[in-house]
Amino acid sequence: MTMDFLRPATWAEALEAKAERPGAVPVQGGTDVMVELNFDVRRPDALLDLNRVAALGEWSAEEDGRLRVGAGVTYARLIAELGDRLPGLAQAARTVGSPQIRNRGTVGGNLGAASPAGDGHPPLLAAGAEIEVESAARGVRMIPAEEFYLGVKRSALEPDELIRAFWTRPAGGPQYFSKVGTRNAMVIAVCSFALALHPAERRAGTGIGSAAPTPRRAVAAEEFLAAELDWDTGRLDPGLPRRFGELAAGAASPIDDVRGTAAYRRHAVAVLARRTLTWAWHDLWAAGPHEGPHDGPRGRVRRPGGPVAPGDPGDPEKPRREAG
Amino acid sequence: MRVSLTVNGRHRTADDVWEGESLLYVLRERLGLPGSKNACEQGECGSCTVYLDGLPVCACLVAAGQAESREVRTVEGLAGDGRLDPVQEAFTECGAVQCGFCTPGLVVQAHDLLNRTPRPTDAQIREALAGNLCRCTGYEKILDAVRLAATRKAATP
Ligand SMILES: Cc1cc2nc3c(=O)[nH]c(=O)nc-3n(C[C@H](O)[C@H](O)[C@H](O)COP(=O)(O)OP(=O)(O)OC[C@H]3O[C@@H](n4cnc5c(N)ncnc54)[C@H](O)[C@@H]3O)c2cc1C
Repeated sequence: MTMDFLRPATWAEALEAKAERPGAVPVQGGTDVMVELNFDVRRPDALLDLNRVAALGEWSAEEDGRLRVGAGVTYARLIAELGDRLPGLAQAARTVGSPQIRNRGTVGGNLGAASPAGDGHPPLLAAGAEIEVESAARGVRMIPAEEFYLGVKRSALEPDELIRAFWTRPAGGPQYFSKVGTRNAMVIAVCSFALALHPAERRAGTGIGSAAPTPRRAVAAEEFLAAELDWDTGRLDPGLPRRFGELAAGAASPIDDVRGTAAYRRHAVAVLARRTLTWAWHDLWAAGPHEGPHDGPRGRVRRPGGPVAPGDPGDPEKPRREAG
Repeated sequence: MRVSLTVNGRHRTADDVWEGESLLYVLRERLGLPGSKNACEQGECGSCTVYLDGLPVCACLVAAGQAESREVRTVEGLAGDGRLDPVQEAFTECGAVQCGFCTPGLVVQAHDLLNRTPRPTDAQIREALAGNLCRCTGYEKILDAVRLAATRKAATP
């Protein structure tokens, strides 16, 4: 069967091509699309190669203080160039596939695929990111991450639209991403959890991965933290992370599949939520008495995307990385 | 369609390329470079690792048309002046090669690691090779080879 290979050189050309051929399948890193082509799962009548659209590979700090990260910025570059400002997303990026996959794969492609197991989604949800999409006919739409995911591999993207970028604020406090899998690399998440503390607003954001038909926030768990966390003294009642975990698990609606059972996933989401909160809260207050949330983050921002480090020797509470 | 690219420093052109074809297929079946291996076709095994514009990638996941006008370096392009690259030498000396199928991908990936991190820790080696599967060696000899190549490269300025 014949297939066209469309090679727009600019963003405007790409939008025109997508308007003319809504059935054309965009290809950025190809780490999802090419698997489908190699295995004959998909035979589109056209491929729309986005690699020549240089703008997609750029990121910038915008006037409103947010970062606008092009859909074509690879995981490897995200870790290297934005790991300090987007630590939660960088941690997730480090768990994607292998170095070869991270050299090609992108958050834009993760969004395009909209898999419930995509590792980019929970950190975007926790950070309150927005997705910038555009069509030649209707121009730009900004879609909050939580409205982007509609179902298993279904998103709010219209057939004539392309993803231009995601927008998110640089971390204002500690962020964590944690993922359960059988190996430390090349693993589709059994489930995952992202947490972002937003000290300036005295609240936290969350994202659950691979434990519902779509990535989703744990809204009741977030509300619980907003009400109960002691931002004045930093004291953490030991029952609080546990309750947070239970509420996070309550937000999941997992299924049994080859990677794990629904019951295991629910349990694991609770554990991940509890641990990520403990780590993040510890980081926020590690620098000593906190002078108040409005001073911005006090905690160390973790090494860019680095794996969760072993706890400090003097800190028995600090757990090691997830073992699942 | 026609695809023109630079492979191992030479300008190459492939004709009658199917639009859904991978870079790996073009290299192996159209340009006579069977060094990069075709195994899983889903990015899991790393046997097809090549440099694309200086970054190691799975050639099976790059659409042929995406390689147009770009620079590819395969395992065939690592040796120079009639001499194997230190990584290749180390692999043969350490017994890091058994059936050999995974070797080209591992060699390219290890080559990239040592370019970026001349004295890698074991953790860094494991991390770098996490996407390359070997079913024969149990990996220990491969780690030995990467350590040996690092030592040799450090000794030769
Ligand atoms: C071996 C292997 C391991 C993997 N491991 C992980 C993992 O650990 N975690 C994980 O989350 N994923 C993993 N993946 C899946 C994949 O790498 C990610 O989903 C990646 O983010 C896809 O990015 P890409 O640029 O390669 O996307 P592509 O394959 O180019 O595209 C993916 C989808 O998005 C669409 N698309 C791409 N760009 C745009 C755009 N600008 N506008 C609109 N639509 C667009 C495409 O049409 C397609 O539907 C793995 C894949 C492989 C092969």
